Amino acid sequence: MAGIYVILVLGLNLLMGYAGQISLGHAAFYGIGAYSSAIVTMKCNISPWLAFLAAIVITCALALFIGMPTLRLRGHYLAMATLGIGIIFNKVMVAWDSFTGGPDGIYGIPTLNIGSFAIDSDVKQYYFVWLVTILVFILSYNIVNSGVGRALKAVNSNETASGVLGINAARYKLLIFVLSAAFASIAGSLYTHCRLFINPQIFSFILSIKLVTMVVIGGMANVWGGLIGALILTFLPEFLSVISEHWGYVNSTELEIAVYGLTLVLVMIFAPEGFAGRMVRVKFLRKLDRSSS
Amino acid sequence: MPILEASNLRKEFDGLIAVDDVSFTVDSDEIVAIIGPNGAGKTTIFNLLSGVLKATSGVVKYNGQVISGLKPYQITPLGVVRTFQNVGLFQNMTALENVMTGHHTRAKPRVLTAAMRLPGFFQKEQATMEYAMRLLDFVGLEEKANLMAGQLPYGQQRLLEIARALATEPKLLLLDEPAAGLNLKETAELSRLIRRIQRQGVTIILVEHDMRLVMEIADRIIVLDRGQKIAEGTPEEIRSDQRVIVAYLGE
Repeated sequence: MAGIYVILVLGLNLLMGYAGQISLGHAAFYGIGAYSSAIVTMKCNISPWLAFLAAIVITCALALFIGMPTLRLRGHYLAMATLGIGIIFNKVMVAWDSFTGGPDGIYGIPTLNIGSFAIDSDVKQYYFVWLVTILVFILSYNIVNSGVGRALKAVNSNETASGVLGINAARYKLLIFVLSAAFASIAGSLYTHCRLFINPQIFSFILSIKLVTMVVIGGMANVWGGLIGALILTFLPEFLSVISEHWGYVNSTELEIAVYGLTLVLVMIFAPEGFAGRMVRVKFLRKLDRSSS
Repeated sequence: MPILEASNLRKEFDGLIAVDDVSFTVDSDEIVAIIGPNGAGKTTIFNLLSGVLKATSGVVKYNGQVISGLKPYQITPLGVVRTFQNVGLFQNMTALENVMTGHHTRAKPRVLTAAMRLPGFFQKEQATMEYAMRLLDFVGLEEKANLMAGQLPYGQQRLLEIARALATEPKLLLLDEPAAGLNLKETAELSRLIRRIQRQGVTIILVEHDMRLVMEIADRIIVLDRGQKIAEGTPEEIRSDQRVIVAYLGE
């Protein structure tokens, strides 16, 4: 699961950290990827791998369609619009019974197979998910460390100046929106073919908020930040459930939400650049100290 | 043929007329200065020429092609670029990265090439970097290449912004108050730099308050007052023009 979160957070980090756009509906693209993959596999009776690809295409097309009008909005308005879209897609998953299985979701989704080798056990899935995660990580790392990454940072830093240098800001924002949706779709398909059942609850807007929290805590505009943020928030619930058991709490979810909130507040106050950014800064300051003494 | 031709430019902001029927031409390899009291419409004209603002009416032609109505990102690849009065550097990048970003329209980075590190990526990236280093060297900032843009002293930020603009390979460079905030020594360096840029075959239009700089480097001066062009001529002509003296000093 941690690997799947890392993929989601990497995509959202590209959007938030590099293109400076917020999305409070990212779980929707995760859901679209997951549902497309499941539905295409089962209804068309084709290989899950093809469904995997089809899901990416479907998600990208939807992101393009949604992104064109919404990315004209800024700040709070964009946040509201994406929040709305996230909720709409969730409602569709619940209501479109014949297609999505309604609130019960979809069961009995086939696993991914390489030849006769099925990726069906926890250990196999673990390695496979991390393999894909590493690939996605390398892709994002390569994109941000290139002319494309510079253009994105430029748009985020000073949109007028970036335009004067010949950068089409609208096009880059849309591009990165679609790319982050593609990452979400990959994460969704992985989830589908590993867990083998999905329902609308998994892709609720609470997850969108959690993802944004992960991006902020890990550190925006920093690919390592995505990794760290996702890992912290995946293992935090596990850790908290142990603690809450020890203290005799039954419901660790409430504790979890409180701790998320507190972490977010603390990060915003003491390390607005996130954990990864914080580490870079500390290292940088130490280097400065050494060179000056 | 003039490189730039502005005819009957007019810009209104909610009834306030910022630029009122201004026409002028600029020839290749000229250095033209636009001067005038505060609020005369100088920066607005720059915004109209570079596509940052849309003119209420009037036409701008560059090399005979109409560019008024185009967006900045469409105008820059044609060879027109500008700097900003309050320095529009990307603070979240190093000096070198700023200049490399300026090369964007020429290097044309592609997502897939970058993501997969397809053949040609490293060569292109290397070429862009070397090109950017040469430009930093040209403005005298080669030693500051890896400092964050925001850490540079103000005068060097201005030079960096010029280097970044040059990275778009312009034929026409618009400098908006390049000497603002510079001391005497820095202004003298700037003046030499502008000459060197001109010698590379770049036409320059500058908006500037520093009269000493303007009188020293401009081939021609256009004087604006309250949105209108009130005089145009060589530095000597402008110095003795009665209307200019009135506009600056009052009756």
